[in-house]
Amino acid sequence: MFEYAPAPESRSVVDLKPSYGLFVDGKFVDPADGGSLKSINPASEEVLAEIAEGGAQDVDRAVRAARRAYEKTWGRLPGRDRAKYLFRIARIIQERSRELAVLESLDNGKPIRESRDVDLPLVAAHFFYYAGWADKLPHAGFGADPQPLGVAAQVIPWNFPLLMLAWKIAPALAAGNTVVLKPAETTPLTALLFAEICQQADLPAGVVNIVTGAGETGRALVEHAGVDKVAFTGSTDVGRAIARSVAGSGKKLTLELGGKAANVVFDDAPVDQAVEGIVNGIFFNQGHVCCAGSRLLVQESVADQVLESLKRRMGQLRLGDPLDKNTDIGAINSAAQLTRIRELTEAGAAEGAQSWSPPCPLPERGFWFAPTIFTGVTQAHRIAREEIFGPVLSVLTFRTPAEAVEKANNTPYGLSAGIWTEKGSRILWMADRLRAGVVWANTFNKFDPTSPFGGYKESGYGREGGRHGLEAYLDV
Amino acid sequence: MSERVTVRKTYKLFVGGKFPRSESGRSYLVQDSNVSLASRKDARDAVVAARAAVKGWAGATAYNRGQILYRVAEMLEGRREQFVALGVPGAEVDAATDRWVWYAGWSDKLAQVYGGANPVAGPYFNVSAPEPTGVVAVAAPEVPALLGLVSVVAPAIVTGNTVVVAASPTAPLAAVTLAEVLATSDLPGGVVNVLTGRLSETVPTLAAHMDVNAVDLTGVRDPELAAELEVKAAENLKRVLRPVPADHDWSADPGLRRMTALLETKTVWHPKGV
Repeated sequence: MFEYAPAPESRSVVDLKPSYGLFVDGKFVDPADGGSLKSINPASEEVLAEIAEGGAQDVDRAVRAARRAYEKTWGRLPGRDRAKYLFRIARIIQERSRELAVLESLDNGKPIRESRDVDLPLVAAHFFYYAGWADKLPHAGFGADPQPLGVAAQVIPWNFPLLMLAWKIAPALAAGNTVVLKPAETTPLTALLFAEICQQADLPAGVVNIVTGAGETGRALVEHAGVDKVAFTGSTDVGRAIARSVAGSGKKLTLELGGKAANVVFDDAPVDQAVEGIVNGIFFNQGHVCCAGSRLLVQESVADQVLESLKRRMGQLRLGDPLDKNTDIGAINSAAQLTRIRELTEAGAAEGAQSWSPPCPLPERGFWFAPTIFTGVTQAHRIAREEIFGPVLSVLTFRTPAEAVEKANNTPYGLSAGIWTEKGSRILWMADRLRAGVVWANTFNKFDPTSPFGGYKESGYGREGGRHGLEAYLDV
Repeated sequence: MSERVTVRKTYKLFVGGKFPRSESGRSYLVQDSNVSLASRKDARDAVVAARAAVKGWAGATAYNRGQILYRVAEMLEGRREQFVALGVPGAEVDAATDRWVWYAGWSDKLAQVYGGANPVAGPYFNVSAPEPTGVVAVAAPEVPALLGLVSVVAPAIVTGNTVVVAASPTAPLAAVTLAEVLATSDLPGGVVNVLTGRLSETVPTLAAHMDVNAVDLTGVRDPELAAELEVKAAENLKRVLRPVPADHDWSADPGLRRMTALLETKTVWHPKGV
């Protein structure tokens, strides 16, 4: 064994301003009626920048700018020209990807290894993918001349800030819409850097507007009478509230909400591979993943063996500085999220489940939570039913495939699921029966711009990615 | 010789493949007949029947579902005069029959048109396929009573969903008669359940029901009621098809929208390797 030596990524590549305005109509402007918020580094609690909190007037200004751009420039541009702007943006993202990755890790707390190797490549790929659709919409299967909707209001979460921006903006623009996007209050910085990239690409003013703020700003945006489309990624509770608020308005709505995915391990699965998949399923991005494999369903006959391997593997996970290239588990995104994780894990213990974490010193400053598994979990326990959105795995067992299906589907959610077995026919049998929008067999947490992503049941509706992702932004 | 006294028909609900009266014992006079006035409890019973039918119907082969929908067209063609006698124009019966035929053919084609292989950037097999969302509650358009009803029911069931449909309150006889067609077409009981009566009584119960996956508000004319129903549907995030304008042309090519709005896309990944 080698001695551990830190390998920190330099943050000098990031040039942060002390404060940022709203990005409206192609320019950074001060808020008219809003206040300000501070975005902090969750690994150190250091203030990174002050950002504007958009008020109702600011939202209105942004929606009007988007409407003007839709009517005067973007809506009239041929698809091939929209495509070229999107290709430009994709290229600039690639050129500035290290800067964006470091900034993402600073603002979000996720390990640089993930922001650099997962988030940023997917962000660029997403813009490339949808760029190519912009002049091919008549071939997308939605009729001969599918039309855009108009102005899209987009509200995104803090777990994959720039990736969720890409998932929202790329298809919207490719289809010919203009957008007003509200990033999460704790992770607005890469969206603001993206606004600079739009300027750098000479994207016409008003096509992309970024209004930073918290819940009230988002509410003003989705309820604004001037928007034609609402797209939201976040919690099921907020998604429900948005679905109620757009009722009767005629706004097209797509929602990508919570999950409580089952990761099902059969007795014939190769244990080492399955354990890697379990670890990736729940500890990737600190478990701040809506499709995280947060319920491990392991076949009873191999449960002891799998758990032993899993614990051994968890002992190897390195928690700490997100900018250290060795880091596996970074910081919890916010104090509020840490409180939520603690509250649910305390409920898990109180309800009788047994928790286990590897020896894992936590840094003194910042928000941290050690990787944790709960055994002795029943389906009635809160930790088996509610989305924890943290590095916490609930372990349940099953005996027969039918029982595995029953337990996996025993949730109001239906975003994703995992299957681990060497038997091909069993994979397909399971995949047919799991009520989830994405099924990973002998892998987990894989994403691609060509691959539709989205949920069944209370995990929301609509798909992002692939040809299906265009439908959310076309009047079809 | 005196003229033969005709045998009149009692028009009842269609739930779980049977023709019960409303559990409330109520009926209302419409189109010169007493027709069951479905209650909220009838709506809930119909959801139970529809849910029970999901596994078998969604699990049937696409080929089998297509055969059954085509059989519905055959049965409807044979009863053409019966619908004409109820006041449905002959051309509308023909259009409704043709619509069953059109949708029947989609059963084993939609997955190829609406799903497919995704060329992901990595060594993975990746395929997306549509699946039925489950139980669909439908408010049928008031007119045309037969073509409108067929145009909302057929696209929902062809992909494997089951349906609870609130029929046109002013012209329910065509709906009950269509139920007789369905009952004799090898369609499993519970796949289509027909409620007659007031939309304001049955549809809010269906829109709020936690075991309903989608709600089609096509026939809801009152915008305020439609908005209320959308709010109820949000409780468990039902898929919502919104009302269509009163002058909607039901004879036009329906496109895929009525089918795709009631589908879930499932994407399956698997690594490639030796």
